[in-house]
Amino acid sequence: MSGFLDSYAAVAGEDVIRQLRQLSAPLRGLRVVHVNSTREGGGVAEILNKLIPFKRELGIDTRWEVINGDEVFFDCTKRFHNTLQGLPLDIAPALLRNYEEINAANAERLRPVLGDADIVFIHDPQPAALIRHFPQRKAKWVWRCHIDLSHPHRSTWNYLRGVVRTYDASIFSLADFAQVLPHPVYLIAPSIDPLGDKNVELDPAEIDAECAQFMIDRQRPLMLQVSRFDRFKDPLGVIHAYRLVKEFVPAVQLVLAGGGASDDPEGAAVLAEVRAAADNDADIHVLCLPADAHRTINALQRAADVVLQKSTREGFGLTVTEAMWKGRPVIGGDTGGIRLQIVNHHTGFLVSTPQGAALRARYLLRNHGRLDEMGRQARQFVRENFLITRHLREYLTLMLGLTRGAGDRLELG
Amino acid sequence: MGKDKSIDQPFFVKDCVLIQIAEGVRAQNVRELRDRLQTVNPGCIDYHFWGGLLRPSFDDPEYANDFAAWARHGLHDNKLAERLGMIDPAEFADIELLRRELIDVLEERIDEGEYLTWAKPEQQFQFIRSQIVVFDTGRRLSRPAELVSAVPAMSVGSVYYHFVDARRRPPLRIDDFRAWLAGFGDEHAPLADALAGVDPYFNTLVELRDELARLTRLHLGEAA
Repeated sequence: MSGFLDSYAAVAGEDVIRQLRQLSAPLRGLRVVHVNSTREGGGVAEILNKLIPFKRELGIDTRWEVINGDEVFFDCTKRFHNTLQGLPLDIAPALLRNYEEINAANAERLRPVLGDADIVFIHDPQPAALIRHFPQRKAKWVWRCHIDLSHPHRSTWNYLRGVVRTYDASIFSLADFAQVLPHPVYLIAPSIDPLGDKNVELDPAEIDAECAQFMIDRQRPLMLQVSRFDRFKDPLGVIHAYRLVKEFVPAVQLVLAGGGASDDPEGAAVLAEVRAAADNDADIHVLCLPADAHRTINALQRAADVVLQKSTREGFGLTVTEAMWKGRPVIGGDTGGIRLQIVNHHTGFLVSTPQGAALRARYLLRNHGRLDEMGRQARQFVRENFLITRHLREYLTLMLGLTRGAGDRLELG
Repeated sequence: MGKDKSIDQPFFVKDCVLIQIAEGVRAQNVRELRDRLQTVNPGCIDYHFWGGLLRPSFDDPEYANDFAAWARHGLHDNKLAERLGMIDPAEFADIELLRRELIDVLEERIDEGEYLTWAKPEQQFQFIRSQIVVFDTGRRLSRPAELVSAVPAMSVGSVYYHFVDARRRPPLRIDDFRAWLAGFGDEHAPLADALAGVDPYFNTLVELRDELARLTRLHLGEAA
């Protein structure tokens, strides 16, 4: 096999790569299709961009398809997203009808590919209803939920459960998110690619140049949050925390860096709210970056002294993983997948309020030795648990279980 | 299979991977934990005793199983945590006896009549089971001395399979290294004794691999 996999051995370990090769051998030639709703923007597209070449490299015939939708469709699926994460709103029947019609149209378009597959992975609610149009399917269909489903608004979940209960299996990021379904509910945490543009080591000159283009002063302390402009990421809470820190550390700067995803119609409205809250403060840099600005984000994370992810709901929070991989402790909202990554007081701090975020930021900005030590622990924790090699291993394990008939124990060869 | 008794049989180096499956069953206090344990999939009991070593963890675990850890950190019931923490699953011939022991410890605690403590909603005990896939690495060891170079090169999955998982596999219920070494008579009894003294529960698998490598080097280094 190629140097592609070997290049990961240097980061993840020879034994890890050897294990992937052995594990994938019985799966070679299998036809696998992933379906989601956007090719760029957001964590799901980013994970698929990495996982799919990996699977192909291991000899698994893997395709990635994206469903098409109109504005009304994405308005509906954004409401799915918000209400599944707990917002108490009902979705109008007309929106649900349009959701079903769009799925029906996509099913016809994708029928040759999905009809011919051995395993189909459907990501999140947007394409979930495709399955209704394949009653005679031969493939195993798996619904992959990337959302924090711990406290869903019941009417939305009841509707969606009616759709996803027909799948052969589902995958959630955390046990807290898992719902009772009449099929195996697998738990797989997401991951980052240590060799991708967003996480690869950068030359210090490149970091300086990236900061310079945004007028960020590298001589002064920097707080950073990287995330889509989404209310659940609480960007206004981050600005509040920054202002509290500023009273004690007047030189501090804040960068809020994000972009939109093509399946997120609320992004522009939230961005406007953020700009209004920034109120022309020259030390607050609100950056709306294109979806492929991976090296810029990489540089910002490496330039930051303190990284925040002050979400109030979070499926997993890959930006937390990214910052930890760069040796930065993260101040994160005490929610969802952030809890799985931030070991409080060891790899970062879990907080519940802007005041809490400000308190921890002040502490880290005043204690550089502690900041460095926590950053070292954070990087090691990611190395052992949240690299793409672990993620891929679990997908391969699931695929073996699905195709070989899953008891609790499967002995190969 | 790593436990071939004859010296004519090589040691088959195997590997394993594990994936978690949520049962969607939760408990928020001791009574609920006891009730759920009466009927929960036996695979969950297995996983909550043995599976912890193969999932994300930050530092040395304070308790050797998930039930004890939850009693301490979810319920803040130290007495219960200490009692649950000392249950050794390897002592029980089958999972139903282990289930009975767990329920007995919980009922004893309930009978002590102190007020019932509740975990926060986000700290409920989540029952999980696992699916384990075992595969052959193709590596074969014909002499114990080969362990000196083989053990440090093993994946953590191999360490788990041969040193942890083997303890629940009948009929021997000991790690595969000792089982294989026994086929060589008393020659390697000191190494076998040293391996018997390694408690697998309080280390990460990487640390466990390092310790096994150290012991094999110490006892077999010259022969290798």
